[in-house]
Amino acid sequence: MDLWNLDAVALPPALHALRRDVRSFLAEETAAGRLAPHCDQWLAGWDADFSRRLGGRGWIGMAFPAEYGGSGAGALARFVVTEELLAAGAPVAAHWIADRQSGPALLRFGTEEQKRAFLPGIARGECFFAIGMSEPDTGSDLASVRTRGQRVDGGWRLSGTKVWTSGAHRAHAMITLARTEPLPAAPQPAAPQPADRHAGLTQFIVALPAPDVHIRPIRLLTGEHHFNEVVLDGVFVPDSRVLGEPGAGWRQVTSELAMERSGPERILSTFPLLAAAVDYLAAAGMRSSAAQVGALTARLWALRQLSLAVAGRLEAGAAPAVEAAAVKDLGTRFESAVTETVRLLVRLEPDLGSSRPLPRMLAEAVLHGPGFTLRGGTNEILRGVVARELGVR
Amino acid sequence: MSDITDALVAAVADACARHSGTDAVAGCAGGGWNGPLWTSLEQIGVTTVSVPEEHGGAGGDVATAVAVLAVLGRYSAALPLAETALLAGWLLAGCGMALPPGPLTAAVAGPGLLRRDGGDWLVRGTVPRVPWARHAGHVAVLDAGRVVLLRRGDFLVTDGVNLAGEPRDDVSADAVVPAAQVGELPAGSRDWAQAFRERAALGRAALMAGAARRAAELSVDYARQREQFGRPIGKFQAVQQHLAAMAGEVLLAKVAVEAAALAVDAGAGGDVAVAAAKTVVGQAAGQVAALAHQVHGAIGFTQEHPLRHSTTRLWAWRDEAGNEEEWSAALGRGALDGGAHGLWPLVTGTR
Repeated sequence: MDLWNLDAVALPPALHALRRDVRSFLAEETAAGRLAPHCDQWLAGWDADFSRRLGGRGWIGMAFPAEYGGSGAGALARFVVTEELLAAGAPVAAHWIADRQSGPALLRFGTEEQKRAFLPGIARGECFFAIGMSEPDTGSDLASVRTRGQRVDGGWRLSGTKVWTSGAHRAHAMITLARTEPLPAAPQPAAPQPADRHAGLTQFIVALPAPDVHIRPIRLLTGEHHFNEVVLDGVFVPDSRVLGEPGAGWRQVTSELAMERSGPERILSTFPLLAAAVDYLAAAGMRSSAAQVGALTARLWALRQLSLAVAGRLEAGAAPAVEAAAVKDLGTRFESAVTETVRLLVRLEPDLGSSRPLPRMLAEAVLHGPGFTLRGGTNEILRGVVARELGVR
Repeated sequence: MSDITDALVAAVADACARHSGTDAVAGCAGGGWNGPLWTSLEQIGVTTVSVPEEHGGAGGDVATAVAVLAVLGRYSAALPLAETALLAGWLLAGCGMALPPGPLTAAVAGPGLLRRDGGDWLVRGTVPRVPWARHAGHVAVLDAGRVVLLRRGDFLVTDGVNLAGEPRDDVSADAVVPAAQVGELPAGSRDWAQAFRERAALGRAALMAGAARRAAELSVDYARQREQFGRPIGKFQAVQQHLAAMAGEVLLAKVAVEAAALAVDAGAGGDVAVAAAKTVVGQAAGQVAALAHQVHGAIGFTQEHPLRHSTTRLWAWRDEAGNEEEWSAALGRGALDGGAHGLWPLVTGTR
C-alpha cells in the first residue's frame, strides 16, 4: 500500500531566502498598519488590495509556468509562502481558492485560451474564484449533484443551486460541477453503482456576476457573510468555458482534493491564537503551562512535516488524495485542540469586540471552530477515504 | 529516502521476515535476544549504521539508522541496534575510540561513578535499567564529556525487563579500568548528556513508529477476517473510523521520526525536532495501542495473540528516554521563552 510510503521532505535551502522575503514583507505590512493577525483568515480575511500586493511580488500562482504569469517555483515554494502568510494571520481569502485549486485545475485541464484568459489575472492577485460543488441536497455525497447542464446551440445552460459557496459575491468566476448526462435508471431498490454515478458530470467556468446567476448570503452564526447560495437560473455557458472533458467532471474534481485537503491551512487556522497565548502566558509568568504549550507545539511541528511531505508528493507530480485526507483529519482536529487548550490555560472570556487580540482571537477560534472539521469534506468522510485505502470498505 | 537507504531497508525487512517471526519474537520475550537476526544484520552491515566508517562503523546518516529502526520496531526485533549504533557507536566514535565488535549498549553515569585513580580510572556504582546489558559485550558509559568503555568482567548485571520483556538491566561496577578504555569527547559548548538523551529518544521514537504500523496492520487484517452480525467487522463504519484514525497516527509518527532524523543530520533544529517527535510518537503509541486492542476484542488481550508484542513495546518505549510530558514540557519552556514571535521560527526550524 502506497500510504505507508509517504516520506518526510527537507525543504531545499534555496527556499530560506524566499521565506525571509515573505517575513520582511509581512513585517512591512504590520508596520504600515495594514496587517493585524486574526484566526481563520483564509476564509474570513478578504482583502483584494493585499492579494494584489502579494501578486505583485510573484507569490500567487507560484505553480504556474512563466508564460501564464506564474513563477514556476513549484509546490514547495508555494508551501513556504502560504504557511508564512497563514501563521501571520494575513488576509488571504480573496485569492485563496484561485491560487490553491482553480488555477491548478485550469492549468491541468483547461484549454490554451482558458489558461491565457484566467491564469495571468490569478497570478496578479486580481482574478478570484469560487467553488461550485456543494448543493442543498449534496454535502458529503458530491456525486449526487442535481445542477443540470443542458446542451444548447454553442454551449450549455446550467440550472440548479449551489450552497456554501465562499466568496461567490466577490469572485470573478465559479468552477461549477453539473450533471450533463442523466443518471441511468437503476432497478429498484438497488442504488446506482458508483461508476454510473461518477459518469456524466462536467465542470464549467461560470463568469460572475451574471444576470442569470442569483447570489444570496448564507450568514455564519456570527452574522459574517462569507458563504452564499448561488442559484443558476438557466445561465448560458459557451463551449469555450467547459473545463476539461464533458463527462470527466468527477475525475477532475477528485484530482483537486489532494490540493484542497493537504495544505497548511488545514493546520494553521488557529495558529495566531496560539502565538498570542504563548506571549500572554510568558508575560503572566504562567510557566506551569509549559507541557501543554509544548504538546501543541510538538503536534504542530509534526503535522507541518506531514503536510510538507504531501506537498513533496504534489511537487513530484503525484495526486496523494488519501494522504491528504489523513492530513486534513488530523490537522483540523488540532486546530480545535488549540482553541480548547488555550481557552483553559489563559482563563479569559472570549470576546469578538475586545480591543485586546487574545480574547478577540479566542472568540474567532471558538465561533469558527465548527467549520474546521466540516469544510472540504467532513472528517468522518475523510476517514472513510482512508478506510477504503486500508481495504476494509 | 535515497535508493541506497531503500535497498538497505528492504534487506533488513527481508532478514526480519526470516528471523523475527512470531515464534522468534515470543521466544525472546523473557529477556532474550535474537542472535540469528543480529548475525544476519551484521552480514548486511547495518549494526553500526550512522557510525562513520573511519571509526569502524558502517557509515550512513541518522536518517538511515532511523529507517532501519522503524523496520526493527515493526518486526518487534529483539536487538540492541539503537544502543549499538546511535548511542555506543556514536560515543566511541566521538572520542576516537575503536568500536568493539558485537552488540553494545550505553548509559549516562550518575554523579560520582567515575574517579581518577592514578593513571587509571575507578568505576564504582550502579546505573539502572540499561537496555540489553546482559547481551552486550561492552557498555559505553557517558560521564560529562568522558566515555568509559566497560568490558564484560568490568561490570555485573542484575536482570530486569520492560513491559515487552526486553532486558532493562541494572549495571553495577566496582573496577579499575585502564586509561585506554576511557576517551574524551571534544570539548565545546555541547551538552553531551542532553545529546545522548535526544538520540536515545529518537531511537525509541523510530522503533515506536514501526511498532505502531504493525499494530495497525494487524488490526486491519483482523477487521477483514473477523465476522460478526454476518459480515466482517471492518464493514462497520465505527470500526472503519478507528482503523483510519490509527492509520493517521501511524503516518504522522513515520513522517515525524524521519523529519527529526533529517534535522539531526542537518545539524539545525534537531533539539526541537526530537522533542516534538518523541512527544507526538509517544501520544500516537498510546492511541494506536488502545485502538488496536479495541478492534481486536478479547483475543488481542491474550498471550496467544501476537498483537501484544507490538502493543507492549509501544507502552514500554513511550516511557523510555523521556515520555510525552517530559519532552513537551522542555519544548514548551522553549516556546514560552521565545514568545509570540519566536513560536513560528521554532516550529519551522528557522530560529
